[in-house]
Amino acid sequence: MAFSDKNRAMFAGEIEDIKSKGLFKEKRFICSPQDAEITVEYPEGADQAKVLNFCANNYLGLSSHPDVVQAAHEGLDARGYGMSSVRFICGTQDIHRELQDKMSKFLGMEETLLFPSCMDANAGVFEAVLEADDVIIADRLIHASLVDGIRLCSAHYDTFKHMNMKHLEKKLQLHQDKRTRLIVCDGVFSMDGDLMPLDETVALAEKYDAMVLVDESHASGFIGKTGRGTHEHFGVMDKVDLITTTFGKGLGGASGGCVSGRAELIELCRQKARPYLFSNSLAPAIVAGSIKVLDLISGNPERRDKLEANTKYFREKMTEAGFIIGGQDTPIAPVMLYNAKLANDMARDMYAEGIYVIGFFFPVVPAGAARIRVQLSAAHEMEHIDKAVAAFIKVGEKYGVLGLDKKEIIEKYGM
Amino acid sequence: MSEEMKETILEYVVDEYMDEDDDEEAGFDTPLISSGIVDSFSMVSLKVFLEKKYQIKLPDDEATPEAFDTVNKICVLVNKHLSK
Repeated sequence: MAFSDKNRAMFAGEIEDIKSKGLFKEKRFICSPQDAEITVEYPEGADQAKVLNFCANNYLGLSSHPDVVQAAHEGLDARGYGMSSVRFICGTQDIHRELQDKMSKFLGMEETLLFPSCMDANAGVFEAVLEADDVIIADRLIHASLVDGIRLCSAHYDTFKHMNMKHLEKKLQLHQDKRTRLIVCDGVFSMDGDLMPLDETVALAEKYDAMVLVDESHASGFIGKTGRGTHEHFGVMDKVDLITTTFGKGLGGASGGCVSGRAELIELCRQKARPYLFSNSLAPAIVAGSIKVLDLISGNPERRDKLEANTKYFREKMTEAGFIIGGQDTPIAPVMLYNAKLANDMARDMYAEGIYVIGFFFPVVPAGAARIRVQLSAAHEMEHIDKAVAAFIKVGEKYGVLGLDKKEIIEKYGM
Repeated sequence: MSEEMKETILEYVVDEYMDEDDDEEAGFDTPLISSGIVDSFSMVSLKVFLEKKYQIKLPDDEATPEAFDTVNKICVLVNKHLSK
């Protein structure tokens, strides 16, 4: 038997180690479609409970939208269940082309290439575009999938302090000897909800002959006046060279991702990106659903505007109540608690109050920066938000954190 | 191990990885990686600095989070390669 008792004990020990560090991820089952209100089985085997969901990436509330579901049904009927092929052999349908064209138009980019996920897009784009004598200069808080993609690439890489333009400039100066430079950042950072200052970033890129890649997974569909993303928000839509993003968050929430950008760079991805070459095409139903999402939101900012109003309302109410809310005016609203156990305990108590939120702590966020990450959605109604704020106040009072500043919370609970 | 090297590396670490409003202060034995001051991804900046500054090549299997965890440990690694 290959999986001997010794092997079993070894892997079981590793799992125990994860548990002893408090890093074990428990199973949670959603027994309803994704929405503002969901039915959850948690812990495993417990009775199902109806709770308000404040931790989904369902920013525009389109995950279970009837028009999107209908479009996916029609896609399934018209183009089948699966492609049984990678894109370049016999896996590209006319609807894949249609989605790529619509995405290019929506993002204001030259061309787009679909990937099975944004994780795959990020895993493939760097190796496809860069060579060993290039350098990637990355913000230190970029998404883990970008980190993995950068590590798979033969180019040099360096990092700069989170959103620190002075430090970025220093690194651009340091790497002027390389063939080319690629600045890499998130548009909206997923844990902190802050916005990369893309206006300053592209100005530095122009000054030091660098390209810019932005992961817009937590921005596409709702950041910027018409929801096109962080580049729209900062008025630099024609100055970003590459965007990676997902259809798995605001844009319908199913799956799939893409790289969008300069035509030559996208062509290189088509020729060389390994997750594109060696992984199946996006399923027709998802492609059809994603096309419907773009049709729904292009030229109709209603959902994006509602999300903005919800975000503003939640952030204001929570700040008034005495919580520290991190980030800028984005629907990612981290309730800063600094201490890991405190974040975990409060999240558990919030669930008991009917609000589904999760505590995040090291190594997902820096040590001493634990928080409950709240994510707003256009599917939330005011009464949902009022209920969440009331629950936060009740739980916050229990733990005595209302009105405390960072130093006072750390004094009370430790880092 | 020269005091000058320790000071140079500590100065770089503070400048490269810490902010003015950071509460903590770093010394020669302050854990850098295990404390989260330097994460495994941004550790590369420190490696690039050491290689340029001391004209050495640090192999990946030696430039580990453990070997980079304090300024004193980093100096041991750098000195090992300087003497080669």
